[in-house]
Amino acid sequence: MILEATGLRKRYGDTTVLDGIDLAVAEGSVLALLGPNGAGKTTTVRILGTLTRPDGGSARIAGFDVSTQPRRVREAIALTGQYAAVDAQQTGRENLTMIGRLLRLGRRGATTRADELLERFELTEAADRRVVTYSGGMRRRLDLAMSLVAAPRLLFLDEPTTGLDPASRATMWGAVGELVRGGTTVLLTTQYLEEADRLADRIVLIDDGRVAAEGSADELKARVGGDRLDLWFADRERLERAAVILDAAADLHETRIGLPTDGSAGQLHHVLDVLRAAGAGPDRVTSHRPTLDDVFLGVTKRTLVTGADR
Amino acid sequence: MSATLTMVDRSVRLTRRNVDTMIMSVVLPLLMMALYVYVFGGAIDTGTAYVTYVVPGTILLCAGYGAASTAMAVADDMNSGMIDRLRSMPVRASAVLTGHVAASVARNAVATTVVVGAAVAMGFRPTATLLDWLLAAGLVLLYVLALSWLAAGLGALARSVESASALSFVMLFLPYLSSAFVPTETMPAVLRAIGDNQPVTPIIETVRGLLTGTPIGSAGWIGPAWAVGLLVVSFVFATTCYRRRTTR
Repeated sequence: MILEATGLRKRYGDTTVLDGIDLAVAEGSVLALLGPNGAGKTTTVRILGTLTRPDGGSARIAGFDVSTQPRRVREAIALTGQYAAVDAQQTGRENLTMIGRLLRLGRRGATTRADELLERFELTEAADRRVVTYSGGMRRRLDLAMSLVAAPRLLFLDEPTTGLDPASRATMWGAVGELVRGGTTVLLTTQYLEEADRLADRIVLIDDGRVAAEGSADELKARVGGDRLDLWFADRERLERAAVILDAAADLHETRIGLPTDGSAGQLHHVLDVLRAAGAGPDRVTSHRPTLDDVFLGVTKRTLVTGADR
Repeated sequence: MSATLTMVDRSVRLTRRNVDTMIMSVVLPLLMMALYVYVFGGAIDTGTAYVTYVVPGTILLCAGYGAASTAMAVADDMNSGMIDRLRSMPVRASAVLTGHVAASVARNAVATTVVVGAAVAMGFRPTATLLDWLLAAGLVLLYVLALSWLAAGLGALARSVESASALSFVMLFLPYLSSAFVPTETMPAVLRAIGDNQPVTPIIETVRGLLTGTPIGSAGWIGPAWAVGLLVVSFVFATTCYRRRTTR
């Protein structure tokens, strides 16, 4: 395990942000922290990235303790934050050589490394333009390239594709995939189901500062069983009554109830009859293959689905 | 050391490419000189040509305006994710402050040259020897360093670039309440007491004396003492603010 964290806790004032997070990441794998905004994903990454000290618990990265040996940890990691940390008034090449010089690659070493990374991230043509002229996708690619100057063993990506258009998102996914094939371990946070599904070997669902569920995408989906039935309600009061009758997880925000289904017409008839008799019939019914969102809904009674997944 | 040099290099490059800060360092000093000499100067009697009187004050005033750029640049790094990137690397991340202070000194060197150049064009005839120039430059450098570290501290303290800019405007007031533009003897008693006993007045009187031969008196040691004291306090302030902001 290149990373092992146990019982990470963090409070800010009266708010408990992390309430005992355990994580383990095998070298060469991709772990996704999947959870809604405010679940504690970024705080976890900041603690593991030596930027914030935990109030409780401990974490070791590459054998070093993040609290007591931050310098050694920093030699093994790189962190790409939620907002591209690039200098808009420097060129792509200047941004990269700056990082190389900070890492003591020497002037020539920094230049060579910058050229390699520019080529790899398809930024060679834009290398000598100021970053202020770059598109959002190019900035993210440069940001990622800057994290790779040192060839880290463990890379943290905090919401690497939030705010990107679908094409740029696909490019980022490609870049992350290539990194992993090259042997880099990646811990990424995301609020997008598809991103976790596509990139991660293991997924940790986090909610309210705790680990809600953990496993590979397939393992997690297997937990909720077969296909899912969604009952949609325009009326909240009916939704709440139906949830009680069916004893099912209701997603109040989405006004939806999720149920396991065997796909038979008989089951559907039965559910609708029961609800209608109680005056709590749904307005719409849909069914789908299980998703990570169903797992999350089942465990937390909340939904994860954000705009980009719809 | 190499981290510091890299960050100095970066800040100087960023400053050269930032149109606002370049205007602050070149155009503003020119406007100031023209304003004081041609608009106000005619009505102010200082016993000499007003241009001769006003040069040291304008240099210090420009340092105050330039400090806003420093505070904003530091605040931008503290709030944009750049500081997180540096802190997650095996380097001394506080080098980012040193970089911005160095860029500030470079900007002020430009601004001071512009002020002196413009003043000469407007009739300023300094009597200083080479040694006088060096001493005056040294004192101005101390003052600029002190203001730059103070600005860096304010930048580290501020939660946004806008509030960094607002905080740093405090620094603009001191020169106005000093002997920069009018002799303090012309002020009402209370203001005169403030003016005579604040750091900018003895620094200005020392620079003025060195450049134009006016009597310096006790300002010759009070001025440099203030400058060194301010520098120490500002540096400690900046390091404290930075450390508090980045406490893990």
